Amino acid sequence: MSKRPFSYKLNIFVFLLPALILFVGVLIAPIILSGYYSLTEWNGLKTPVFIGLENYRELFTSKSINIMRALKNAMLLALLSTFIQLPFALWLALKLSKKPRGERVFLSVYFMPVLISTVVIGQLWLKIYNPDYGVLNLLLRSLGLGNLAPVKGWLGDKKTALWAAFVPILWQYVGYHMLLMYAGIKGVPPELNEAAMLDGCTEGQVNRYIIIPYIRPILRVSVIFAVTGSLKSFDLIYVLTNGGPNHATEVPSTLMINLLFLRNRYGMGSAIAVMLIILCFVFAVLINAVFKEEKGR
Amino acid sequence: MSQKRNTYRAPDVKPPLTAGRVAVYVILVLWALISIFPVYWMLTFSLKNNAEIFGENVIGLPKYWVWENYTRALNTGNMPRYFMNSVIVAVATILITLAASVMATYAITRLQWKGAKSMNKFFMLGLTIPIHASIVPLYTTLARLKMLNSYFALIIPYSAFSLAMGILISIGFMGDIPYDLDEAAFLDGCGVWGTFGRVIAPLMMPAVATVGIYTFLQCWNELMFANTFISKDSLKTLPVGVQALSGQYTTDWGPIGAALSLATVPTLLVYVFLSKQIQDSFIAGAVKG
Repeated sequence: MSKRPFSYKLNIFVFLLPALILFVGVLIAPIILSGYYSLTEWNGLKTPVFIGLENYRELFTSKSINIMRALKNAMLLALLSTFIQLPFALWLALKLSKKPRGERVFLSVYFMPVLISTVVIGQLWLKIYNPDYGVLNLLLRSLGLGNLAPVKGWLGDKKTALWAAFVPILWQYVGYHMLLMYAGIKGVPPELNEAAMLDGCTEGQVNRYIIIPYIRPILRVSVIFAVTGSLKSFDLIYVLTNGGPNHATEVPSTLMINLLFLRNRYGMGSAIAVMLIILCFVFAVLINAVFKEEKGR
Repeated sequence: MSQKRNTYRAPDVKPPLTAGRVAVYVILVLWALISIFPVYWMLTFSLKNNAEIFGENVIGLPKYWVWENYTRALNTGNMPRYFMNSVIVAVATILITLAASVMATYAITRLQWKGAKSMNKFFMLGLTIPIHASIVPLYTTLARLKMLNSYFALIIPYSAFSLAMGILISIGFMGDIPYDLDEAAFLDGCGVWGTFGRVIAPLMMPAVATVGIYTFLQCWNELMFANTFISKDSLKTLPVGVQALSGQYTTDWGPIGAALSLATVPTLLVYVFLSKQIQDSFIAGAVKG
């Protein structure tokens, strides 16, 4: 293989070229640039001034940016996603794989919200939460619980806004995780289940000792997606509250966009971007490690 | 997909109907209703007048079908324009993603060279890189090149971010094509390009569908880049356009509902006909990753 003609190597290069140009130009080079910008003070017009780690120091100490609140919100979403959304998705997947009547219909309906634009979903939930005409308050009123609803609306009240904004996010992606897990469960060799059933295992035991260990790789992917997706979450928060009221629902991405495009702080915005990349990477590695360790036991 | 062979077989005798099983079924139905409700509500209020929406008939089917909401949504906003923009961006992105990823996959899996494995790993980095990573440099570079407010400002980044998934899916499909075909083509005098163009590419059609669907959904719904790189109304894609339109009609829900429906119905129609393929494209991406 060592005596390949030059033209052969050239061909390899030509086949890779379009992908390489896109990949390096849009992903790799910008990451490096983001890293550099995060070390500068820059308003986007003048030349960036190198200031070392000053942006990061300000980011983690500034009360007006308050990155800790945004991170806490994102972590709360990650926890809710991992410990409520995923178990529920797994439950749905397990039940659907037992072939209830209408299995395909359920599957398709549960997955549908994933395909709808987050802007549309956000606009619809804004209306569901509308204090005067929204369906949620209408439902509460008809149940005689109308006084539960906050006067400023679920998204307008500082106490409820965060939870109200998280509900649609969790709601939208239940079907996505359910689908992945369902596909995994369908891949469990039927012999395994049948053998366990013959040995007198109950459905719960089959789920616990056969199916769930078998689909561990998919659960790992789901947890990684849930956690990194929460850290990066932007679309629905942006449409529903844009970080308000009074920054109660701020997440790192909304902070980043506001610093960038409302206050022209490109250096600081880049620092948040870099922090997010590192956090996503660290969490992916951690989750992988956790799943590996448990397997070793 | 070898789904048929591996299907999990439930015991042939259905267990007796117990309270537990009924409860499970009730929850399944309830969640189906909760999943579908916002869309149902959107489609119905898009055809109602304010009196019905705001009190008389909030969740029923419309009594009077107000199609005028749709004409208003089409005329006041720039909906047809947004729609076309989304189509143009999506089609171009799909074509570029497909060409680049199938070519790269060919180089990585069929041509033999030392760096193939590491090159694959390099591309797979793209699966974990969030779009946040490149938003500032892309924005400033596009601004400098005077390319903000152009289709390219979206097509190029969307293609680049779809690439990793495109390659991942393509590698799975290309692995199913027997190597004997390459050899036969080579013996028949096809060069590298001939083999690729006449043998491999035509056999990659199933991958084309999967990658195409996945890429379509990614760029059809994308908000952060579209919102940042496009400010000119005539170039806005559906998500950004609909968001702007909703801001204009805060008290008139009918036309907003119509606009939201116009943005959603095409995806839903495709889903009705291709639900299996769409689901498979999401599974293919995640399971192999």
